[in-house]
Amino acid sequence: MGLPDDYRAMARIRRFEERLTALKDAGEIPGSIHLCNGQEAIPVGAARTLRDGDYVTATYRGHGWALARGVDMAGLFAEMMGRDSAVNGGRAASPYLSDPGRWFVGENSIVGAGVPIATGAALTAQRTGSGAVSVVSIGDGAMNQGNVHEALNMAAVLDLPLVLVVENNVYSEMSRIEDMVRVRQLAERAAGYGIPGRVVDGNDPDAVAEAVGEAVTRAREGSGPSIVEAMTERLVGHYSGDAQHYRPAGEVAAAREREPLARIRAAADADLAARLDVIDAEVAAEVEAAIAAARAVPYPDPATVKEYVYV
Amino acid sequence: MSESLRYIQAVNAALTWALDSRSDTVYFGEDVALPGGPFGATKGLHKRFGSERIFDTPISETGFLGMALGAAMTGLRPIAEIMYADFTFVAMDQIVNQIANIRYSSAGRWKAPLVIRMQQGYSPGACAQHSQSIEAYLAHTPGLRVALPSTPDDAYQMLRTAVVSDDPVVVAEARMLYPTRGPVRTDAPVEPVGGARVVRDGRDATVVAWSRMVPAALAAADELAAEGIETEVIDLRWLNPLDFETVGASISRTGRLVVAHEANLTGGFGAEIAARAASECFTDLRAPVARVAAPDVPMPAAPALQKAVVPEAAHVVEAVRRTVNR
Ligand SMILES: Cc1ncc(C[n+]2csc(CCOP(=O)(O)OP(=O)(O)O)c2C)c(N)n1
Repeated sequence: MGLPDDYRAMARIRRFEERLTALKDAGEIPGSIHLCNGQEAIPVGAARTLRDGDYVTATYRGHGWALARGVDMAGLFAEMMGRDSAVNGGRAASPYLSDPGRWFVGENSIVGAGVPIATGAALTAQRTGSGAVSVVSIGDGAMNQGNVHEALNMAAVLDLPLVLVVENNVYSEMSRIEDMVRVRQLAERAAGYGIPGRVVDGNDPDAVAEAVGEAVTRAREGSGPSIVEAMTERLVGHYSGDAQHYRPAGEVAAAREREPLARIRAAADADLAARLDVIDAEVAAEVEAAIAAARAVPYPDPATVKEYVYV
Repeated sequence: MSESLRYIQAVNAALTWALDSRSDTVYFGEDVALPGGPFGATKGLHKRFGSERIFDTPISETGFLGMALGAAMTGLRPIAEIMYADFTFVAMDQIVNQIANIRYSSAGRWKAPLVIRMQQGYSPGACAQHSQSIEAYLAHTPGLRVALPSTPDDAYQMLRTAVVSDDPVVVAEARMLYPTRGPVRTDAPVEPVGGARVVRDGRDATVVAWSRMVPAALAAADELAAEGIETEVIDLRWLNPLDFETVGASISRTGRLVVAHEANLTGGFGAEIAARAASECFTDLRAPVARVAAPDVPMPAAPALQKAVVPEAAHVVEAVRRTVNR
């Protein structure tokens, strides 16, 4: 743990998504992709506090969570290429993938819907006494979904080991969160459920790990759910192809100065910078190898299209 | 061994069996624990099994159906109760987008062995939001199993089947049938999912019905027999998996088909049965398929108005006569 490891974990996500964008532009990825460029410190910081057996549920913007929890990178590329991947056999693609082998309950492309499901994973942990916790990530806009409200209140009254991470990247698609709520911080809503809520710098993996770690400990001890609101910014559009005309001039450029990787780079002395260069090169090689492996995965056999509807 | 039980008691017996014989089951919903459920379906279960196994949720259908899914994916076998089928509509996302999809979209890597128990249909004075028969909405969605027991024995057997199934099953009971009494085979082995049943033989016409319309169709068949018309009655039991084989075989004997359900006519599951009959039994049919259903109006509350829309045995009698006399 610590700086070089976090840097590598975040660089893997960044590089994965940069290459994904290029593959999308080249026509190798059908369908929409939603990138977490700029938000990598949140899954990376949170994952540091988790063990094998802990569940993670994310949104369509969940590639970072999948990678941070150890889902196979080549499998992710193959899945997004519409190939017969070992992840989900081309049935899920970018916005709805999951991996039980890594306790990744999965992404969800219905806003907020993962929170009740993550609450169910927390129920299993509680009823079986497994000691696991269930972490679920959503965006700021999802806080206005009824399903999130229902699940949070239920998790609170049942004292379930749930941690809700709200990745506040200012926008929900093209709308600013300040136009959609009357609270200054979304974590203030925790008081309405009688649970703790904290706001942290979502561009700092240490800050995220500290806050999520506290919530995870509380959950493991049987003291119930918490909300961690991680403040961050999107470096790219909501989806591939979003021209972002709704963002004021200079906003993205300013965000690029504050994003987690740039921050580490800016603070690095020559020694560290050299080590980071090595990491970047290793990550780039890992990502290229994953793409090559993904390209070798065949497309799914259309004859199998009706498989898996029922057991 | 067979016991004489009311429908609702058979539900209670099946739930007792589930909590007793499977340690991975948990039961939740609104007012189901200490209160024993609004209709007594869970009477005594909390006392016997405790809050670890059966507990009350907030009034949060989306929340607790999603919780059922997450719990099912990770190793429990939840049974979630929707108090009235009408309340399903506030939670359709969790049923249609989540529960029904997860196995397919993960290429079989997750499964969702859960049961959603509900009761449906009209009763005198119940308003439009406590009266609907919603099975067609559910049967439209691949990934779900849909069960509609019409007798105390089926209320017991089909609920146990649902609990054991590794696929998500919606069991929609008929509130109006809760007081009906019948023999329940409490020691029968758990049946596999699916299967329609010929509940009365007849050579002149086939009536396919489910839920409350099964006893109505049987009463109609008695009346028709007095006129010399022999009606075969099929209790469809499961809309998914659909046992059309049993229906088709009956049509090949009778040449005439009437489908009867309490739900509205347009887009009702009767339309699916009629369409299948048209494409698979065309040459066997000697008369147009007839449908008995509520007309396309919301359910009124006043009993005088309900009488004008709710299908009963008399409507089945009339439809069979029309079909036979062509
Ligand atoms: C129920 C539902 N409504 C609308 C959408 C369309 N939609 C997809 S993402 C999104 C914005 C969500 O914003 P936020 O929760 O802040 O997350 P972010 O995309 O910023 O990560 C919307 C409205 C959807 N997928 N599901």
